[in-house]
Amino acid sequence: MSAPVKSPVGAHYGLRDWVAQRLTALVMILYTALWLVVLLWHGGLDYPQWKALWSGNAFRVATFVFMSALLWHAWIGMRNILMDYIKPFGIRIALQGAVIAVLVGYLGWTISLLWGGPAA
Amino acid sequence: MPVAPPTRKPRPVYLDLTSIRQPLPAVVSILHRISGALLFAFGIPLLLCTVATSVASAEAYARFKGLIGSPLAKLVLLVLAWAYLHHLFAGIRHLFADAHVGVDLPSARRSAAIALVLALVCTIALAARLW
Repeated sequence: MSAPVKSPVGAHYGLRDWVAQRLTALVMILYTALWLVVLLWHGGLDYPQWKALWSGNAFRVATFVFMSALLWHAWIGMRNILMDYIKPFGIRIALQGAVIAVLVGYLGWTISLLWGGPAA
Repeated sequence: MPVAPPTRKPRPVYLDLTSIRQPLPAVVSILHRISGALLFAFGIPLLLCTVATSVASAEAYARFKGLIGSPLAKLVLLVLAWAYLHHLFAGIRHLFADAHVGVDLPSARRSAAIALVLALVCTIALAARLW
């Protein structure tokens, strides 16, 4: 029996991230199309319509799916940018940590907007 | 007969990005990056802020609209709208390339031009509505 072959290269998140980047992009394209349809259908929204739109559960879930896709997509993109341009390891890791912190903040903000407080 | 060792002529290395004329697909590509970074840093918080204030109450919505009514704010909005549109169209172009559609050089140049121009035209149309 041969010993398991250790792959000589890579951390193996490249392909997964590449696929995730595309799938999240498709989700966002669909959500954008949904918005286009809503806006064209109503021809602009007044405040009661706007408020009603945001209190619909289907719309909230769709928005949450969109935001999750967006934040995941943003992480992949920002990490690619940092890996390309920031060479010193310590600074790069620090910046990547900052990006993650910001993204988690965006996610918390999104959830509290959609389901928390009097606004919801 | 002994084989002569390969002689290598020193090749000129010239990578001054500021004076190399970039091909159109390269311009679209770097703008895809820049627009993505802009959306991460400014687009997402602005989006969340807009939704937060606008859903809270009609007064808060009116206040927010007044706040973003200044010429400078409108300019920022337009830049971010352009970033979204460019990222969207250049991204769709990428998805086609992933499916091996339009990867030969003439089509790639053409689709780069289409993505670039489409984003600008949509931004201008939006500007016309904003003003």
